[in-house]
Order: sequence, then structure tokens, then C-alpha cells
Amino acid sequence: MSLAVRVIPCLDVDNGRVVKGVNFVDLKDAGDPVTLAAAYDAQGADELVFLDITASSGDRATTYDVVSRTADQVFIPLTVGGGVRTVDDIDRLLRAGADKAGINTAAIARPEFLTEAANRFGSQCVVLSVDARRVQGDTQTPSGFEVTTHGGRVGTGIDAVAWAAEGASRGAGEILLNSMDADGTKDGFDTELIEQVRKVLNVPVIASGGAGRAQDFAPAVRAGADAVLAASVFHFGVLSIAEVKSELANSGLPVRR
Amino acid sequence: MGSVDVVVLDYGSGNLRSAQRALERVGASVEVTRDYQRALGAQALVVPGVGAYAACMAGLNAVNGPQLIDVRLAGGRPVLGICVGMQVLFEHGVEHGVDTPGFGQWPGVVDELQAPIVPHMGWNNVNPPADSVLFEGLAQERFYFVHSFAARSWDLDTSESSTASPLLTWATHGEPFLAAVENGPLCATQFHPEKSGDAGLALLRNWLNSLD
Repeated sequence: MSLAVRVIPCLDVDNGRVVKGVNFVDLKDAGDPVTLAAAYDAQGADELVFLDITASSGDRATTYDVVSRTADQVFIPLTVGGGVRTVDDIDRLLRAGADKAGINTAAIARPEFLTEAANRFGSQCVVLSVDARRVQGDTQTPSGFEVTTHGGRVGTGIDAVAWAAEGASRGAGEILLNSMDADGTKDGFDTELIEQVRKVLNVPVIASGGAGRAQDFAPAVRAGADAVLAASVFHFGVLSIAEVKSELANSGLPVRR
Repeated sequence: MGSVDVVVLDYGSGNLRSAQRALERVGASVEVTRDYQRALGAQALVVPGVGAYAACMAGLNAVNGPQLIDVRLAGGRPVLGICVGMQVLFEHGVEHGVDTPGFGQWPGVVDELQAPIVPHMGWNNVNPPADSVLFEGLAQERFYFVHSFAARSWDLDTSESSTASPLLTWATHGEPFLAAVENGPLCATQFHPEKSGDAGLALLRNWLNSLD
């Protein structure tokens, strides 16, 4: 037996409320991240990711409150990303009950931030989130993928595969690899992107973007992902965590039951 | 059974809230503190730990951790180390070339796990011995690990001892390593029971039940 493939639902949280429509039956308040987190835990989620999309940084007190109320009830690992810019941000998240912090834009602006975070809290707390897409127009990168910002709208010209590798060497203990091309398509994960990233680093990779059917997850794992993440298919009840795990197991991959 | 009085040692390491809440969930009465006398006198002590070995030892030394553990164990009072809180119980830890002395409750070194993907992050199986107390009823469960370093060998020879030998639970990631040790009043897990869902809560309940 070996390490189980982790199946991870991601919740977008705005001002303490889950957004991106949630279609869970039998929940008193499906907009409450704590209620939803507990429901996913009961379904067999192996970890949870909260992405804080609260626009104003002044409103982050609600985020810490959501994190601490979740940690009081749900005893599986919790990663919180979105607007994490300083080691103090990470400290507050960990104290509230998060296990890992997702870092994205702040590391692009200042890559040393990853090292500072890893030195203070350990690499296992530091998740580098990479929003990657195929290069467009005149932009060229060695891998053919570039890092984007602003939810995939703005290209940076930075090679996404090289950036993932640099992030790991600077202290990130895990890469959350979001394919902005696949995101929202429900056509499956971008296995070419996953394969390229897997080749250049040896920290765990969470594949994200494109999940539409239960059969979509195994190819991402075969391409090199250690964990698979999805949002809308779970929120809308298109797929349950258990269905995804069944399909992974049918493909001969180890899962936690 | 009454509520077990547990202190979670607060020496500046990571997410203590989850350990506290998980223990409370299974019926313990928990205080998170760095107070030496309180930690000494508690019915049970949990030593958590995340991050670098050297940083954890610095934090533990600052709260008189080594003496605290020694005196508790001399009196047979239970201690549970979690993650780096397990690793510091060995003689020393080597991370990125930095060699740091540990508590030395057990001989041997904690160093880098030889595996294709590191950190070892996620839910893995364990192989507890049949008479394990911690894993009673849980031998088939997976537990949540997140670490890059581990005790990859057990160097304490108790074959000539008339007392019970420590119970060793191994796991494998690239190579075998120690997932848990049960050694009289001193227990430790490399994984995080407080993050291992129902299986983790059940393991903590097993530990608390064994303390009565």
C-alpha cells in the first residue's frame, strides 16, 4: 500500500461566505464555509482549501474567524490562500487553525517571500499557487506555459514550469497548479502542464482546473499529480468526493476510504 | 472515566488549536500553556511540533522542555509527541546539514527521508504491532503525514531487558520509517492525529483511555 491520492474540494470565500453557487441538499446554510467544510469532511475529503477572494484587505478578520470556526470542527488539513502577502499574514492564519498558506501574487512580486515563510514556519506550511496558461500572441517561454495574475487575465511572460521549480527550490513544500486554460471547461485536467511540472520538481503537486467527470481525475494523477482539486463539480453536486474516489480506485490508484 | 487533564505545550510552534480541539472532542480537558509547573503536574502532556527541528528545539529549550520531559517520565507521567514533537525525542536531528541535539530519550538520528517526492504529504497506511494500544481497532486506517525528515531506524536494543520492549509502528514512503513509538509513558506519532479525521480522533481516544 502507499500514499493515497488526495481529493481536495476548494471553496471560494468572500467576506466569510462561500461564493460560486452551492447546490448541496440537506444543508441548513450552504453559503457558510464551516457548514460546507464539515459536509465535505463527512463525504471523505482528504483536505480542504479556502480561497479568500475578499476584495478589501481590511475585511480579513472574517476570514480568520471562518478559519478558526472550521478548525474547531473539522479535523483534516486546511489550506488558506488569497491575499497572503506577509509572514504575519501566515502567522495569523496558522494561529487561527490553518495548516498551510497558499501564496500566489506576493511570491511573483518578491520570490524571497517563499524562503522567509519556509524559514519561519517550515516548507510544509508553504503552498505556492501557480496560475498557468499556454502562451498567447508574441509571448514565448521554454515550456510553452506562462504564469498569469488577476485570475488568469494578465500574462506575466514568466515560464510557469520554471517558476514552479524555482518556488520549490525557494522553500515551497507543495505546488498548487491551476490550469487557467482548463479552468471552467469541465474537459479534464491539463495533463501536459502537469507532466512538465512533475519532471522538474520533487515536491507534491496538486492539480487544479478542468475537472468535469469522475473519469477526469485519474489522468491527472498518471501525469504526475499527487492530489487533485476541484470546486464547482463538488459544489453543484455534479460529483461527490466518494464518486471521484471510487473512480480513482477503479483505475488502480490508492485512495483513503 | 473522568475527563483527562491534558496540557498542550505552547512553545511557539504552529497550529496548536487543532491539537487542543481534537483532544477536547474526545473528552479531554485541555489547557494550552508554556507554564512549567502546570505542564509538569498535568495528567498528560502533548508536545506538538511543526517546522524546523532546530527551531523547535530552540523553542523547547526556552521553556525548559528537556527537563520537563525527563522529570515527567521519571515519575511515569504520560507524554505524547506529535510530528517534530516525536522527532525531538531522538538523540539528534540533521536538516540541510544542520545537526541539532534532541532530547535523547531514544538513541538515533532523524534525517531526510529518501523518497522520490518529499515532503511526504498525505494519508498513508501504518503497520502497528498486534499489541499496540494506540492503534487498537485502527490497524487498517490511514493517517495524515506531512514531513521531510524521519527516524529511519530504531537503534535502542532492549533484547536483554526484562521489561516490555517499545512498540514500534512503521510506515513506508520511499523507505520504511517510524510512524509511532509506544514506550511506557512516552508515546509519539510522526503523523498528525489531530488532522487525521475520525481515525486520528480514535487514536487520541485510545491514548486517553490508556491513561486512566
